[in-house]
Amino acid sequence: MLNPDSVGRTFEGAGSVSVTQAEIDAFATVIGEVDTSVAPPTFSIRISLEQSQLILSDPTIGLDWTRVVHGDQKFEIFAPIKAGDTFTCSSTIESYRVAAGNEIVTVRSDLKAGSTIALSSWSTLVVRA
Amino acid sequence: MVNLGGARMIEIGTAIPERIFTINRATLKAYADASGDQNPIHQNEEFALSVGLPNVIAHGMLTMALAGKYVTDWAGGSAKMKYFGARFIKPVIVPADTDVDLTVTATVAALDEKLITLDLTATSAGIKVLGMAKAVVSR
Repeated sequence: MLNPDSVGRTFEGAGSVSVTQAEIDAFATVIGEVDTSVAPPTFSIRISLEQSQLILSDPTIGLDWTRVVHGDQKFEIFAPIKAGDTFTCSSTIESYRVAAGNEIVTVRSDLKAGSTIALSSWSTLVVRA
Repeated sequence: MVNLGGARMIEIGTAIPERIFTINRATLKAYADASGDQNPIHQNEEFALSVGLPNVIAHGMLTMALAGKYVTDWAGGSAKMKYFGARFIKPVIVPADTDVDLTVTATVAALDEKLITLDLTATSAGIKVLGMAKAVVSR
């Protein structure tokens, strides 16, 4: 079970993440996108889910990542991601509830270039009973 | 009715032409590598069955990425996407050596001088896989 004290808390990701053209190209190729001057809109999941996974796997948070399924996903994009961009990623546990034994956690991730938010995303994760 | 340039006139309720994407096991491997999501339920049939799934399933985020490609092709490129959200209501099931479809359609739900909101549907094998799928693009 998730530690209730973690709800509402924001966790800063470890260090900054730089985006390479090769990463954008690989993601774009899978969906058939040939213009890789900016990343496809959902590319940021590569950064945010990894960061969330690191944070939520912390023993003091208590989320059992091995039983997680992705419930829903939202992106608000203020500036498209490009190769060479460097971001810090913070994650906030916005909500938590238990329904029919399943834990439902919504994590918001903000990708920031300096103090400017480039993209916010919300991942609802369901920990199956 | 708004002229987007050329002959493309849209209004609330305008349907965007359907598009069919193909997903197979090779797509899932490529997406796992590109996204970093190496969860074995998307690649290993034995594992998928052991956790109660009917077969290997596609990453929900792959279906969303393809639906996003549908939107940005229509809107004029990746940089046009301002908001994109969806719920993963059913898995896309991907048996070995099989191409499965992801069929995407959309209708214009709202529009103003700057933004267009699309309501999306996405199905695979006739089953709806994304729910409440919505995209907002700039014009």
